[in-house]
Amino acid sequence: MGDGGGLRADLVLEYPFTRTTGPVIGAFLTGLREGVITGIRRSDGTVMVPPVEYDPVTSEPLTEIVEVAACGEVVSWTWVDPPRPQSPWDEPHGLALIMLDGTDTPLLHGVLVGSAAELWTGMRVEAVWRDERVGHICDLAGFAPEVPGAVA
Amino acid sequence: MSDPDVPPSALSGDVTLPAVLRDVEPVRSVRTPIRLEYSVTAGSAAEAYLRAYAEKRIVGHRSPVDGAVFIPPRGVDPRYGQETAEEVELAHTGHVGSFCVTHLPIPGRSDLVPPYVSAWIHLDGSAIGFLGLVAGCANEDVRIGMRVRAVWKPDGELGPTSESILHWEPTGEPDVPFERAGNRAWRAGGPDGRDGRQERGDA
Repeated sequence: MGDGGGLRADLVLEYPFTRTTGPVIGAFLTGLREGVITGIRRSDGTVMVPPVEYDPVTSEPLTEIVEVAACGEVVSWTWVDPPRPQSPWDEPHGLALIMLDGTDTPLLHGVLVGSAAELWTGMRVEAVWRDERVGHICDLAGFAPEVPGAVA
Repeated sequence: MSDPDVPPSALSGDVTLPAVLRDVEPVRSVRTPIRLEYSVTAGSAAEAYLRAYAEKRIVGHRSPVDGAVFIPPRGVDPRYGQETAEEVELAHTGHVGSFCVTHLPIPGRSDLVPPYVSAWIHLDGSAIGFLGLVAGCANEDVRIGMRVRAVWKPDGELGPTSESILHWEPTGEPDVPFERAGNRAWRAGGPDGRDGRQERGDA
């Protein structure tokens, strides 16, 4: 409530959703829990990450889940400072579209670097996994600059 | 047209998995809680409405088109996009237009103890209903057309909020007939449904 400046109220809208994943999204989350990233193969051979249930062009159901690389290239990014209160990340970080090697659609995730100066389009990054994984996108702590020669 | 009784193929489980995922328990659900914190500025119509509660008054707006009274006032007749500015003080009595008995608790609302009754309260003189709690009788006795009156907080606890009304209780008067309760009378009002004036004669 304001003082003389008009009535104002702070409100909170909150829902504790639990969603059923289905086998396709479920496979992606199962993969994260097991420490692998998966995509889905389209009839033209291209691979979408994360996997989607239907082909975005032909609408045909997609069923072939494939394991993909846990490293790739930043194709677009922004710098987040400060993170919003409910962000998975407490520290300023990059938020990037990452094209994993061998895939054809980019994955959105955080890039764990200290400043925007350490982030650029085309930079190589690799997945950073949490030790305790539950089947959630945050099983990936984020992506970090690839250490040359350290990733297969 | 697909058969609505057959799950879409993407949900039927017919996918091929890489070796690493074949012999592990699959994830079947994921928690995705959402939370939005925001602030609302009432604006002139709603502010006058809320401040009236602190004075133990209930106010609406009268439409310049046909005299229909809207509560809460939004500063506009939503049917015509016509600005409204004429404030109307409404009675503290009305009737139940429709209601719902809630049996499940709402997280974060420990003040609402199930089973409780929420209802569209149609105030005498108002063309539409607004939401309130009904208490002071058994839930089984709440019915469409039941006459009710506002039960206010003690004067010292009134504030610029609709929560100044604790709930609505039965008056004991004869019911509004079902076919005239709520907006049923409104729909029956004009040949094209455009006449929003009070037709019950209970204003």
